[in-house]
Amino acid sequence: MNSEAFFVLGANHHKTPLAVRERLSLSADAAATLAAQLTQLQGLREFTLLNTCNRVEFYGVAADPLAAQRVQAAFCSQQQVDPAEFEQIRLNLRGADAVRHLLEVAAGIDSQMIGETEIFGQVKDAYAAAQSRGHTGPVLNRVFQKAFQAAKHVRTHTAITEGQVSIANVAVDLAHTIFGDLSSTRILLLGAGDIGEKTAKAFQSRQAGSLTVASRRFERAMELATALHASAMPFEQRDARLSEYDVVVCATSAPGVVVTRDAAKAAIQKRPARPLFLIDLALPRDVEAGAADLQNVFLYNLDDLAKIAEENRAAREAELAKCRAMLAERADALWKHIEPRLAELKANHLG
Amino acid sequence: MFAGLTDRTWLWFAAGFYLAGLLLGTLSLLRGQRQSNTRINVIIALGYLCQLIGLYARGRVVGGCPLGNTFEIFQFTAWSATTLYLVVGVTFRLSLLGYFTSCLAAVLTLVSLAIPAWDLTRRAKIFGGNPWIELHASLALFSYGVFALLALTALMLVLRHYSLKKKHLSGWFSFLPPIMDLDHISVRLLVTGVVMMTASLIGGTIYWARDPASVNSTKLLMTVAIWLAYAIALTLRLKGHLLAKRFAWTCLALFGAALLSLGPVDASRHSPALPAPDHVVPR
Repeated sequence: MNSEAFFVLGANHHKTPLAVRERLSLSADAAATLAAQLTQLQGLREFTLLNTCNRVEFYGVAADPLAAQRVQAAFCSQQQVDPAEFEQIRLNLRGADAVRHLLEVAAGIDSQMIGETEIFGQVKDAYAAAQSRGHTGPVLNRVFQKAFQAAKHVRTHTAITEGQVSIANVAVDLAHTIFGDLSSTRILLLGAGDIGEKTAKAFQSRQAGSLTVASRRFERAMELATALHASAMPFEQRDARLSEYDVVVCATSAPGVVVTRDAAKAAIQKRPARPLFLIDLALPRDVEAGAADLQNVFLYNLDDLAKIAEENRAAREAELAKCRAMLAERADALWKHIEPRLAELKANHLG
Repeated sequence: MFAGLTDRTWLWFAAGFYLAGLLLGTLSLLRGQRQSNTRINVIIALGYLCQLIGLYARGRVVGGCPLGNTFEIFQFTAWSATTLYLVVGVTFRLSLLGYFTSCLAAVLTLVSLAIPAWDLTRRAKIFGGNPWIELHASLALFSYGVFALLALTALMLVLRHYSLKKKHLSGWFSFLPPIMDLDHISVRLLVTGVVMMTASLIGGTIYWARDPASVNSTKLLMTVAIWLAYAIALTLRLKGHLLAKRFAWTCLALFGAALLSLGPVDASRHSPALPAPDHVVPR
């Protein structure tokens, strides 16, 4: 069977709980050590290791049907995992199924967050690393190149990556809907907690103009501002300086209102031509609900953002069948192309 | 006639292209697909070309800029808006503006073609061979085209505000451009329209001062009222007193008023007080 010659072996978020994935995850040193071992493995001609927080997967080309088992043994030994336990949760695909899996992974439709594009870069990095060390050959080179083309095709011709599915990115998308280019927008982050930090980072990743952090504990604001290359502001100045900002991310743990309707009204009156976008990520809410009625003021709270994220997630899921069909067609064509090469490889090995 | 086809035939072709843009755009929106800018721009450009040929052929027949009846005024306004779109839309790449332009152009051209009474009388040489009066009239009508495009960006601004305030962001609302982009382009269009209309009125005033009896008072009052209303809207916007949704609604209302004023303005030229124009027998 030629299908035995191309395999994917590993574990991912579908069947493996987080606690087990933590044990299976390879550090950079462990990955290098394992790769060095695999190069010596009998019958294994080509391989690439994809090691992310949600998956550890080996893509291999083998002349010997037992090579995949040897890879598994080497991995389990390296990570000190019981092979029997690993077999309960492992991903083990061969031939056309393995090709299809790689295409789906690269396109982001096998990800925990469907349609995310970070995995594409991770697959590219994994392939580039393997290629630079001489671990890939004609089969994997072709399969990975085609996987990248297929991923790009799916992203272009379906809505699988449209709409953000995380709260922070939904907030940034909304800011874009209001201001367009974010490079001249000024962001004020009220509160120095985790969700506020994530949202601030999401704005920075989309080239937002400037960021100021204000927290009830000024030293905490300074700390976060330093980490984010932003500036800090005393929390008490928030009302007086509200008009200086276009986007205000409110994420404090204050028990009461932090931005009142009157403060928002005074701010918008000072800069009437520019909208004011208030993002309330706090529970209890930081922004007085009445601020939403003001002209040119847009207020979104945690529920609003979560609802949009959920709608986007549902829209992406609705595209899954279309994506899978497109990728299956390409995977089948690719398999037909590489199968004779694998047969040749096997024949040489037996000969 | 141009290439063996009558001016109205060319104008029907133009209306067909604009209608195709409208239908294809609507289909894309119903399917939840992002519109191809290239496709809509090509369709509008083809419609524009046919309309240009049609208006050129008509201009040759009437011996000047074809602004002699309601049909010609509607056609010229649609052509002006499309001209502006082909500059503004392609430069600023505002999503959906092409679709809205094709909708407006389709409505204006199809309505004018569908009402034969608007084109029964064709008046030739209405500008008496004076190129300055012709420039005054075409500038005035072109500014209406600018205001038509402004009405479209204002409509998009209203829809964008509505979607953000009501938190309806999915579906075809997701294809609308950002508020600030729409606001910037609307202000630029308003400035352009007011400047063009002002230039037109200055030209008209010089002519009127020489021969006050030649300009009907209804036309004068209507035109000055429209110009004044747009100028006031621009002043209020620049001073920060007319913003966001109110600004957008004002632009829409003013364009409605401008369109309604076209009828009385055109009719005033038929007034018996004016010298009887030359008539061209319709084909």
